[in-house]
Amino acid sequence: MMKTAVEESKSEVVVLFAGDSGDGIQFTGGQFTETVELFGNDITTFPNFPAEIRAPQGTLSGVSGFQLQFGSVEVFTPGDQYDVLVVMNAAALKVNIDNLKRGGIIIANSSGFDSKNLKLAKYLDGENPLTDHSLDGFEVHAMDITKLTREALKDSGLSVKEVDRCKNMFVLGFIYWMFNQSVDNTVKFIGKKFAKHPEVVDANIKALKTGYHYGDTSETFTTRFKIKSASLPPGKYRNMNGNKGLSLGLIAATHLSDLNLFYASYPITPASDILHELSQHKDMGVKTFQAEDEIAAVCAAIGASFGGALGVTASSGPGIALKGEALGLATILEIPLVCINVQRGGPSTGLPTKTEQADLFQAMYGRNGEAPMVVLATSSPGDCFETAYEACRIAVEHMTPVLLLSDGYIANGAEPWAFPQSKDLKPIELRQATEQDKDENGQFLPYRRDMKLVRPWVVPGTKGFEHRIGGLEKEVETGNVSYDPANHQRMVELRADKITTIADYIPSQLFDSGDENCDILVIGWGSTFGAIETAIRDLKWQGMNVAHIHLRYLNPFPANLGQIISNFDKIIVPEINNGQLSAILRQHFDCNIIPLNKMKGLPFQVTEIKECILNELEHGH
Amino acid sequence: MDTKETKTNGALTSKDFMTDQEIRWCPGCGDYSILKQVQTVLPTLGIPKENIVFISGIGCSSRYPYYMNTYGMHSIHGRAAAIASGLKAARPDLDVWIITGDGDSLSIGGNHLIHLLRRNFNVNILLFNNEIYGLTKGQYSPTSPRGKITKSTPYGSVDHPFNPIMLALGAQGTYVARTVDRNPQHLRDTITAAHQHNGSSFIEIYQNCNVFNDKAFERFTDKGSKDDNAIYMEPNQPLLFGENLSKGIRLDGFKPEVVEIGEKFAADDCWVHDPTDKIKASILANFFDYGDELSGLPRPFGVFYQTERYTYESMMEEQIKEAQTRKKTKLDALLSGEHFWEVKA
Repeated sequence: MMKTAVEESKSEVVVLFAGDSGDGIQFTGGQFTETVELFGNDITTFPNFPAEIRAPQGTLSGVSGFQLQFGSVEVFTPGDQYDVLVVMNAAALKVNIDNLKRGGIIIANSSGFDSKNLKLAKYLDGENPLTDHSLDGFEVHAMDITKLTREALKDSGLSVKEVDRCKNMFVLGFIYWMFNQSVDNTVKFIGKKFAKHPEVVDANIKALKTGYHYGDTSETFTTRFKIKSASLPPGKYRNMNGNKGLSLGLIAATHLSDLNLFYASYPITPASDILHELSQHKDMGVKTFQAEDEIAAVCAAIGASFGGALGVTASSGPGIALKGEALGLATILEIPLVCINVQRGGPSTGLPTKTEQADLFQAMYGRNGEAPMVVLATSSPGDCFETAYEACRIAVEHMTPVLLLSDGYIANGAEPWAFPQSKDLKPIELRQATEQDKDENGQFLPYRRDMKLVRPWVVPGTKGFEHRIGGLEKEVETGNVSYDPANHQRMVELRADKITTIADYIPSQLFDSGDENCDILVIGWGSTFGAIETAIRDLKWQGMNVAHIHLRYLNPFPANLGQIISNFDKIIVPEINNGQLSAILRQHFDCNIIPLNKMKGLPFQVTEIKECILNELEHGH
Repeated sequence: MDTKETKTNGALTSKDFMTDQEIRWCPGCGDYSILKQVQTVLPTLGIPKENIVFISGIGCSSRYPYYMNTYGMHSIHGRAAAIASGLKAARPDLDVWIITGDGDSLSIGGNHLIHLLRRNFNVNILLFNNEIYGLTKGQYSPTSPRGKITKSTPYGSVDHPFNPIMLALGAQGTYVARTVDRNPQHLRDTITAAHQHNGSSFIEIYQNCNVFNDKAFERFTDKGSKDDNAIYMEPNQPLLFGENLSKGIRLDGFKPEVVEIGEKFAADDCWVHDPTDKIKASILANFFDYGDELSGLPRPFGVFYQTERYTYESMMEEQIKEAQTRKKTKLDALLSGEHFWEVKA
């Protein structure tokens, strides 16, 4: 009995896949993402894992999720609230139901709601949300996915356990039907992934197609969604997550500067994926070193840079704290070094799997002595490549350590990325020594500076330029140890000026939205980009003029930032911290800052930013 | 930059390795002797001086790189081994020396030392052990004996000391030796042999701090006492010591004992030193004043243990080479990945 479902057009949809860590949720989400990307939708995704590696099955703490927003318009965040919630068991429903839109769709695997699962999800005895009308405000579609999959694969020759692992393909097939998407890409993918096990390929494809046809034939479903392809700017795209984007940026920058990449780190969530990614690229000459601790990692990177490679290290806040002394060493050595902080909730061990932007002060000020450091922040998975590239460029061209801030939300989030071609990347030029860097006796002066106040980079193996550097204060030009009072003052000033001068070698700040004539300015940095930009575009639809600038360069600030700020009476600064950029802006500029701070280990919702802006527009005068 | 210069250093002299920097160690410090012997040895090694790098941490000994006219870095406390690891991994072609002390690499930098040894980077570690903190003016160190009275232990130290040789053996060091500042010939020979070793060469150098811990090693260096208290190990030679080599070491099972050479025992009856035997190396390493039954044995100098094992940097290079024989990804292929799509105008 076939029945034609009504098609509903939508410009954007938020879907959450949720279930046990063993339910293949991340795989399902990943496949769905690839398919809609190929179709031409814009999409932003965010996986949400439990902190425990193998949390007990069926429990609330064991729920794994994959959230995505895709649409026919530009999409900047994984969405505030879900339109569609796919749950494989009772725990997944309980954990996520509060974030489902009123009237939203629930697709539930009813076999995940048996008495055992209900009990594990802490529902009261006899309580079952699928049958007790507590979900009446939503459109609930319960189906026994376990049974339907087992039925479809009864002749597959696979064990029950293996058959049950195909459940997620049934779900995926069904969701493809629901959103008018083709199963072809996933069929191709399955064929490749399990090429060595044809029976597994057949079973997965059968489950996928059965799920798809189930949508067609079952009577309960009356709505299918149609999301047109988005009009993204022309170009070639691929899916990119934050940590991978950083990794590719590092590799590209070392290629364009003709340097070897040496990456040293100690495993820490959520930065470890950079190490995993880079360790795969040995064929491109990338050297990775899993050090014995955080201090060893940054020191090994410094040693590599001293040897003429580009030393890079990464960690999260607690690890960066351990690296502090060595970052000071790199500052006084004036040697290229990139240090990435994939921030997470703090202080101390804090919230390892949750996001926060609370290490900005640490990046700016977290060293002993006067140790100014370049600080950059990436704003989205697609922005990671360019920011990492810039970090390397500045480190090498200005002979300085650069701190690059990312966070857990960016690290694991993904979106389509218009990747560049190598020929379009800006070349990176080394500050090499010349005869000008020697004194009248032919003695090399390792701290003789050029117009940018940058000293030459001469590596061991270079004859006639032998020299010693170290952590003791240096004499101007010779680099010899000096305790002279006037010399110390001069060197402190020189190191500060060197960093300030970099403002002349970075791009001017542009408006992401609006211009200097808008009524209010929102300044953001880091992963708040998507939520701020979406909020401002929504408000523009409602006729409000709000400007947005998002800072990649936090130290030094772009040279024109003060001028931009001077145009506005009121500046909103949303941050996932207690007001760190707000404080720094107030220190630098005479301006009226309205901080918007969230410290819940969660990113901003678009509505939270909209409300704040609306409030200021209405009541602020 | 071209570093493949052939061995043209025959013409170099120890003077070529001196810098114009004023040496700031206290007069009479044992560091002077070590500096001089290294400057004497380097010209004989045939390495162009631009390919030599000295990396140090913090402490009196760590000022060393400033006095060597090579490449060098005076880094931060305890981290010389970590910095040298990164340098050697990035640049296996360089001749890397680590200068450190008992506080620098057995206390604050202990972690890096043991990991460097197990990874077996081909570097030379000169650990200046003076059993005291000199630069901070006289606190006890992790090698100071129990009961040591210092500024921070007016009632005597209750810390049990490290035995650096045992630590290096336990950390899988592939070349473990001890020498002393007051024996220049032995110092030079040990440094030269260590440099020949392919892997991490660990040399503990007893170094006298004449200001804060004078005469700590006097019994091993003083004319009147050294013969009875120090034993110089030679590969494949019996372990003999004392005036006119009148005493020897015998092994009774695993228990070493001192015997008089004469009527009862001949030199041939003594333990023949085999630096490739790790168990015996451990027994020798325990000729150490723990205050237990082993005290009374002479302190050994020379190579305790030596073995060949792949170095970290060679394995790293091999992996890269092997990966490159299979494929060599172009940057553009890396940027596009396998799954990409085009949005047309």
